[in-house]
Amino acid sequence: MSSEKRSGNILIPTRRELLVGAAALSASATLPRLASADAPSTAAVNTTGLAVTDSEVTVGILHSVTGTMAISETGSVEAEKLAIDQINAEGGVLGRKIKFIQEDGASDWPTFAEKAKKLLVQDKCAAVFGCWTSASRKAVLPVFEQYNGMLYYPTFYEGLEQSKNVIYTGQEATQQILAGLDWVTRTQGSKTFYLLGSDYIWPRTSNKIARKHIENHLEGCKVLGEEYFPLGNTQFNSVINKIKLTKPDVIYAIIVGGSNVAFYKQLKAAGIDMSKQVLLTISVTEDEIDGIGGENIAGAYACMKYFQSLDNPNNKAFVEAFHKMWGPKTVIGDVTQAAYLGPNLWRLTAEKAGSFDIDKIAAASPGVEFKGAPEGYVRIHENHHLWSKTRVGRARLDGQFDVVYETKDLVEPNPFPKGYQ
Amino acid sequence: MFGDYSFGDLMSILAMQGFAGLILFSVFVLMALGLAIIFGQMGVINMAHGEFMILGAYMTFLTSHIFQTYIPVFYSGYFFVAMAVAFIVSGAAGLATEWLLIRHLYARPLDTLLATWGLSLIMQQAFRSIFGAREVGVELPDWMMGSLQVTDTIEVQINGLFVMGLTLIITGIVAVLMYRSRWGLQVRAVVSNRIMSGAVGIDTRRVDRLTFGLGCGIAGIAGSAFTMIGSTSPSAGQLYIVDTFLVVVFGGAQSLLGTVASALTISQSQSALEFFLTGSMAKVLTLLIVIGLLMLRPQGLFVLKVRR
Repeated sequence: MSSEKRSGNILIPTRRELLVGAAALSASATLPRLASADAPSTAAVNTTGLAVTDSEVTVGILHSVTGTMAISETGSVEAEKLAIDQINAEGGVLGRKIKFIQEDGASDWPTFAEKAKKLLVQDKCAAVFGCWTSASRKAVLPVFEQYNGMLYYPTFYEGLEQSKNVIYTGQEATQQILAGLDWVTRTQGSKTFYLLGSDYIWPRTSNKIARKHIENHLEGCKVLGEEYFPLGNTQFNSVINKIKLTKPDVIYAIIVGGSNVAFYKQLKAAGIDMSKQVLLTISVTEDEIDGIGGENIAGAYACMKYFQSLDNPNNKAFVEAFHKMWGPKTVIGDVTQAAYLGPNLWRLTAEKAGSFDIDKIAAASPGVEFKGAPEGYVRIHENHHLWSKTRVGRARLDGQFDVVYETKDLVEPNPFPKGYQ
Repeated sequence: MFGDYSFGDLMSILAMQGFAGLILFSVFVLMALGLAIIFGQMGVINMAHGEFMILGAYMTFLTSHIFQTYIPVFYSGYFFVAMAVAFIVSGAAGLATEWLLIRHLYARPLDTLLATWGLSLIMQQAFRSIFGAREVGVELPDWMMGSLQVTDTIEVQINGLFVMGLTLIITGIVAVLMYRSRWGLQVRAVVSNRIMSGAVGIDTRRVDRLTFGLGCGIAGIAGSAFTMIGSTSPSAGQLYIVDTFLVVVFGGAQSLLGTVASALTISQSQSALEFFLTGSMAKVLTLLIVIGLLMLRPQGLFVLKVRR
């Protein structure tokens, strides 16, 4: 495992690592004995022929590590490996160590489907942690349903989906949008909005929900404009001029990928001052700011469920462990944290069900609670999404966020919101 | 939409929008110039053009780091050094590419398409392995950020001005090279008749190699300049390549003037349409206009007489 984490870099362990390794070795001499004594028999926990032995259980990690999406998915892979590492250090799941097989979706949706099939049919993975874009999830969904696998999907997404074979550890659209809009009208007195987005399903669905909420549920508020740009668009000067002309109280931006960088750089260059102009986004995490540059986005608000700067003991431990494993400069965004939940929730579910069988995991999932989540307490809903809090953060110069608001209670996931479609 | 605005407001928006169009125009010219001279001279479509740009962008990133760490006193001027480094590294990579790859494929122009596309994939993965999959942020010195307040309501972006100035200079240099230098004379001779040029003693191989190197070097400078307005990531080159092709094909392959005219047409129609419609619709209409014009003039806007 310790060579795994340095892939592409120097493989020679440092002395410090050797010492840590040695310490782990001596600890593992005492721990597993205890664990395997308690471990239920393989026949009992695995009745459907999954890759489970007396000492090991195999899971899959399926993300893009090459191609355009590698930029976003890298953090998720890192978080999942960290979670698996930690679970193994604590003795594994049902007395079995987790072994993972990593496949590369290569930013190509048919490849995702093919690799998903390989992980389920050939490798018999008990669970798969993976996918990032909605397109890749839609591509693997029929595979998981046909071969009865279990997918833990980390990204916040547009909703309108629910499956027995998927646990959605990110927020669906209403969890990310409604509380943020309520907050901005309440505290900033905002009345007018300009909606922007990249031109594909997630921003369009999200802006549709935002518009419905603004027009139907927020007193006296209206949308001044709504606009979409092709993915990869790098020129935003025209829309920036339109914003200057219409003077909205809030710019509501759901621009993704490289376009994001171009948008904020040009916004800054055009002299839009984020200490005066409110900008609320649901598509910029600490990961994106790495590319945008803190100086270009400082002052903007982002609506997420997790920020690296969250001040709670779980998160402190998580950030420290993450930095120890992947380097102190690595930033942790919302999705990275959601990816970290995947293996942990699966472990808790398997322990609750007392089995690795997919059907039993699916049935046992609702109600599973994870108290150690970096974002704070979360719970799986009947609809396989998570109850979680919505938070608003304000971007700082150093690329981190100051958390300025969080909902008092967990927000119920509602992937099929009535009145918003 | 304009009901509530004063005449002054509208005028200043018109001015700023005109300026936005000019920035877009400069960006297009800068992107397309390198590709255009390679395509015009050798008939090779360099699919890896975007990656040579990103190579330039990464060089800018490295230079900025080196300045920040070792000579912070000169940080405010690092960008000029970065552009020179970008030109040299991308140009050298271009020369190497020509020598290792392209020259073996001159007889098979379609295969160069495939070969350079493969090269673009290799370069993307190399960036990913060397610099990491995540985007890198290139910091700018303070004087290059923000905007000039021309009047109360008109603001002009400094980095926009910078790109415009740079485009002007590079285009000027290329024009002088093409039409006033011995190398340019040779290039033009090879373009109009490759076999005859060879027969009168022009080393066409050498001309090809220099042209390819120069084209890639200019791509490097463009990439360096675009760190001001766009993202630097392993696959960011893909963001530019479509527009670049559009400009070159629409302009007519063998003409510098064509490239400039085509960039002007596309950028102005796009920025005007973007203002009145939405971003996606503007793109659709721009493409329709280009397709329509190409149906009327399949060779592009400007064509040189070429003897084959």
